[in-house]
Amino acid sequence: MHRYANPTRFLKIARVATPIVALLGMALTAAGLWIGLFASPPDYQQGESVRIMYVHVPAAWLGAGGYMSLAIASATALIWRHPLATIAARAIAPAGAAFTAICLISGSLWGKPTWGTYWVWDARLTSMLILLFLYLGYLALSASEAEKGGEARASSILALVGVINLPIIKYSVEWWNTLHQGSSISVVNASSKIAPALLTPLLLSVAGFSFLFAAIVLMRMRAMLAQQRVDARSRRMAEALA
Amino acid sequence: MKAKHQRLWLVVGALTALGGAGVLAFSTLGEKATYFYAPSDLAKGPAPTDAIRLGGMVEKGSIQRDGETIRFVVTDMAKTVPVTYTGILPDLFREGQGVIAEGKIDPVTGKFTAETILAKHDEKYMPPEVAGAMKKTGAVSTGG
Repeated sequence: MHRYANPTRFLKIARVATPIVALLGMALTAAGLWIGLFASPPDYQQGESVRIMYVHVPAAWLGAGGYMSLAIASATALIWRHPLATIAARAIAPAGAAFTAICLISGSLWGKPTWGTYWVWDARLTSMLILLFLYLGYLALSASEAEKGGEARASSILALVGVINLPIIKYSVEWWNTLHQGSSISVVNASSKIAPALLTPLLLSVAGFSFLFAAIVLMRMRAMLAQQRVDARSRRMAEALA
Repeated sequence: MKAKHQRLWLVVGALTALGGAGVLAFSTLGEKATYFYAPSDLAKGPAPTDAIRLGGMVEKGSIQRDGETIRFVVTDMAKTVPVTYTGILPDLFREGQGVIAEGKIDPVTGKFTAETILAKHDEKYMPPEVAGAMKKTGAVSTGG
């Protein structure tokens, strides 16, 4: 693990990996959305509005999964003080926030024709909104820490405290009566209540969104490391001139 | 003990305490975070006088239309509540489908007057042909 936490080694791998991951993400997302939006049947109850699922579900999974990786990176930064871990956390947060926002907006647009309302304060919708607020809080706090040039301590703690929201999001539809339906896909039982014709484009777009997420994180991490080098160099030059 | 091990145990300890606090908080919150009551929940206690949400299935064959007003029965397969509603219904409102009604229950007659009706969707997704084939075998109900 320490081997890959070395920024120079990371940059060497990331330079090769970024275009591959980005192209894979674009190709899989394009395939998933093409089949999902044009080449798959409508749902027997929802009709055409089921197609919103091909954006909504991957966005939701990556919003929540992104937060888990933000928390792991933050824990690594807190415990082992890896400089790369803080950079990873700061790179993940805006991408996770964006996917969570896409999930909330697309869900709201699906809710109006299906449920008859854009929004309700049920446990699933509310806990997902709290996830967005956690991301926004993390972004604000870590931006101010980065500005001061200190360690990302407070923001890492915030990221870890927010982890408690993840099981609440996952199980909200089981623990309480919610307007949001229960889970259609169980990873543990490897079972799904979605017909194969609708499941194939969904899984393709989940894979595509995941690679896109990884590509965004890699690009942001490389940009942040480059920025650090520029800052260090200009500091040295300013010192030499003074 | 090295400093990083100390920090590791600190984080593990803090997360365990946080998890415990979360479990306690949520066991107290319990049913209060629930979005709607099922007919059986209402049958347990005295009828609430405030506006509540009632959720369940629209009983098959229970829908009666009278101009803008619609009457139907919400069931959870154990208890039932009769509901009256005047207004526009969501597209997914059908017999045999999930529904959530917002409104008040009459404490004397037990009749529910809804202000809003929301359709609940279940977790099954399939193309119409598959649903048609399954309906024939009785594996799924497509409602009205």
